[in-house]
Amino acid sequence: MALKGNLRDFSTTQLLNLINLARKTGTLTIDAKRERSRLCFKEGRLIYATSDDDGGHLAMMLQRSGKLTEEQARAIQSRTDIKSDKELGLLLMNAGYVSQDDIVRSVQSYILNSVYPLFTWVDGKFRFEASVLPFEDRITIPINLENVIMEGSRRMQEWEHLLDYLPDLDIALRFVERPSVRMRDINMSVEEWRVVSFINPRNTVRQIAQYNNMSEFQIRKIVYALLQAGLVELTRPAGVKPAPGAPGKAPVTMRPPAVKRGVVERLISFFQQRS
Amino acid sequence: MQTVKIVVTGPFSAGKTQFIQSISEIDVVATERKISRAEERVKDQTTVAMDFGRISVADDLVLYLFGTPGQRRFDFMWEILAEGMLGFVVLLDSVKPETFREARSILDTFRAYAPVPYVVAANKQDLEDAWAPEDLRIALRIPSEIKVLPCVATDRENVQQVLLELLFSVLEIMDAEG
Ligand SMILES: Nc1nc2c(ncn2[C@@H]2O[C@H](COP(=O)(O)OP(=O)(O)OP(=O)(O)O)[C@@H](O)[C@H]2O)c(=O)[nH]1
Ligand SMILES: [Mg+2]
Repeated sequence: MALKGNLRDFSTTQLLNLINLARKTGTLTIDAKRERSRLCFKEGRLIYATSDDDGGHLAMMLQRSGKLTEEQARAIQSRTDIKSDKELGLLLMNAGYVSQDDIVRSVQSYILNSVYPLFTWVDGKFRFEASVLPFEDRITIPINLENVIMEGSRRMQEWEHLLDYLPDLDIALRFVERPSVRMRDINMSVEEWRVVSFINPRNTVRQIAQYNNMSEFQIRKIVYALLQAGLVELTRPAGVKPAPGAPGKAPVTMRPPAVKRGVVERLISFFQQRS
Repeated sequence: MQTVKIVVTGPFSAGKTQFIQSISEIDVVATERKISRAEERVKDQTTVAMDFGRISVADDLVLYLFGTPGQRRFDFMWEILAEGMLGFVVLLDSVKPETFREARSILDTFRAYAPVPYVVAANKQDLEDAWAPEDLRIALRIPSEIKVLPCVATDRENVQQVLLELLFSVLEIMDAEG
């Protein structure tokens, strides 16, 4: 039985629902324009997920959740004598670097953060290979799909809203000139501070996200908050000429409905005759 | 026999049932209920499943109009109604700013269901307190390429005009896609 298609016709939500209800075991691969994502399931539960650009290694997950420094993570990853993430996990625990709980939480949050963005993908080929679990060496954590779907759907709606507010990431930020505001008196999260430290008309929002290893969703949320608070404003990146006649907003991408042009024309002439 | 579906959506009491009633050749098969909750007692009937109207264009072509229930607690119906639609009309209650946020969120939800063409119709323009379509565009952050049309759902001619504008938008999108 083949389970192949495009997200255009069968969405991430529908896919996960199906996998959940049919209690499937196997690997789902989704190929979008820029990246490939892989999700592994066991009896209808999500156990692992990764996207191609980061490799999905334990050292990197622990670094993201702040349990290892960048240097430590790099040093560990360059070692060839550690065969698997499971082995690495044991090693780090025995050496007292991290607890089992740290590992579980880091892996879980990595898995979830790899999955949530998929809800906003509207286009991408997918295929599900039953019973194939290619990541034998990785640490897996069973996660119920109901919660993932609920949270993913919520984020999808939030995403639509954010996308609408900031359609273009290739835009820069600058501080609003308001002498009354002093940045250091403002309560900001670590993530927000990181973004703030990169604000400069030469850095695009996309670049700031890359420097900080943030997803589009994360950076959009932060920029949205900073804009809403009136601390920053959008500006064209320095050194980039405006495209001739470029509108300020990206056009809404729309798909023509699956109806023939002739039918639409008939409807139009029908109404025109009646009025 | 070809059938084409257009969905009419919008917040509670925006005039969806009225809109479909004005143009349908059959009595709208509305699934109306008496309103019991006090806070919703601005009128005495509300739609609980969907409205259903029909326009025979020719022997071999029928246009169906589906209206969504306006209250969120029935929004499980939305996705079902959105399936396979040609486009949709978002009706706004131009005299009730308290429904604008909800209207915007309905719009976003529908766009996520199916990115088909749509128009926004600023209904109840016959009332003195109605917000102007262009003000509504700003209030709801409707992108410039989307039409925001004045509308009086009780006027059949006017409803027809809104549908025509939607059909023109459909053609434009078809042409743009080549
Ligand atoms: N003045 C005026 N009243 C209108 C117009 N359109 C609808 N109404 C009135 O607005 C009220 C609500 O109309 P409905 O058609 O029931 O609204 P609805 O969107 O179907 O409402 P729900 O199904 O409850 O969500 C009714 O009292 C209508 O008569 C209009 O264009 N002008
Ligand atoms: Mg109704």
